[in-house]
Amino acid sequence: MKKRSYEEMTHIYGRIWILSALGMIFSYPIITCIYYGAWPGWKPVLQGLLGVAPIFWTVGLIEVLTFVPMLGTASSYLAFVTGNLTNLKVPAALTAMENAGTKPGTDEGEVISTIAVATSSIVTTAVIALGVALLVPLTPLLENPAIKPAFDNILPALFGGLAVVYVSKNWKIAIAPLVFMVVLFLLVPSLSGSVGVLVPVGALIAIGSARVLYKKGKL
Amino acid sequence: MKFHPNASILFILAGAIIVFVIAQSLFFLIRAYRRGKELGIDTAQMRRTMVSTAIFTIAPAVSILLGVITLSKFLGLPLPWLRLSVIGAITYELPAATSTANALGISLSETITDPQVYTAIAWVMTLGIFPGLLWVPLFIKKIQGGLMKIKNKDGKWGDILMTAMFLGMISAFLGMVFSDIRSGLKGWIPIFVLLFSALLMGICGILIKKCNMKWLENYALPISMLGAMVFAVVITPMIG
Repeated sequence: MKKRSYEEMTHIYGRIWILSALGMIFSYPIITCIYYGAWPGWKPVLQGLLGVAPIFWTVGLIEVLTFVPMLGTASSYLAFVTGNLTNLKVPAALTAMENAGTKPGTDEGEVISTIAVATSSIVTTAVIALGVALLVPLTPLLENPAIKPAFDNILPALFGGLAVVYVSKNWKIAIAPLVFMVVLFLLVPSLSGSVGVLVPVGALIAIGSARVLYKKGKL
Repeated sequence: MKFHPNASILFILAGAIIVFVIAQSLFFLIRAYRRGKELGIDTAQMRRTMVSTAIFTIAPAVSILLGVITLSKFLGLPLPWLRLSVIGAITYELPAATSTANALGISLSETITDPQVYTAIAWVMTLGIFPGLLWVPLFIKKIQGGLMKIKNKDGKWGDILMTAMFLGMISAFLGMVFSDIRSGLKGWIPIFVLLFSALLMGICGILIKKCNMKWLENYALPISMLGAMVFAVVITPMIG
């Protein structure tokens, strides 16, 4: 029998894990319904879905298109199960690759990215589990109004640092999408709720302007 | 069977699924570590990656925990614990719960006691997000194949393309920081936090390059992020 490559095996294992995870995720509502004999009926579920599914399904597809190239194979199979991609897994993977001096899409990048995403998933799950176990003593501490601003501002705190690393190295590519986004959010502040949809828009603008600069030999 | 959103059975169910996901993470972690050794990647480098990622993860993980606490007030603990540990994010789960509650004409201000309302919300959350798990196995080879083609044709452009995609994502989030500007000086807080984080990262960069503090490289991002979060705590009462 032909020996399959590491890459091929990653796809096979990845599929087994991701499809099993899919089954596990569905088991929660199914078992709860059976155990309590409480099927909700189609109507409330469909009505509830109508409010969120069109956006969620589109954003989900866009996330796959945008993040798979950055994350690599094993990390994608893992990160889409463990969630929290933009605020955690993608920055973790990219920073790890940057620090290790590897690039997405290379064998070394694949290894480093997978290590980063897996570690991040395990630590997140552990922190949340610990938090749930210690919820009673922790709640007043975490909901203390004095430290609330720290978590309200976690995204600017994360992306400020990331921006310095990436924008300073590639400022020519960054100008067009940055100006576009800042102007857009100044004009239409309510868009901040749908930033997920704007990620690919930013990506397309960045790719377009990078292509023009590259053709002109400016990169 | 009397229903309660904090019933033991629900904790057991959620716990089992979370253990499964930890097993998946461990599986890929060990596999990648072995592969790294085969490829001759320095094991010290791989360990550094683990340590620095773990440190970086703590603050966002606590912020996710805050989401669990928010949702637990009406959904009990097991469901939010599960949803935010696996696939979900507060940005998905809160609208999903709200949309279902609106459809049923109930308020989310108190703990749910009706099992049918609870299962309806659990179904909407599950059905709302599951396609993501199908898209990956369906499209991953096509996406990667397309990228390989681009890279084989023009390697330099392939690298630029990847960088551009990531810069596009950063831009969207940087732009979002400016969305509250019109609410006065208070709306500037996220921008000050962003700039402070950038400043800390800049200082780390100088220390790494000029003072040869190579070890700092792996901790620059957590330092900037945590520093900026502390900064937010300090300036918010001064401004607000």
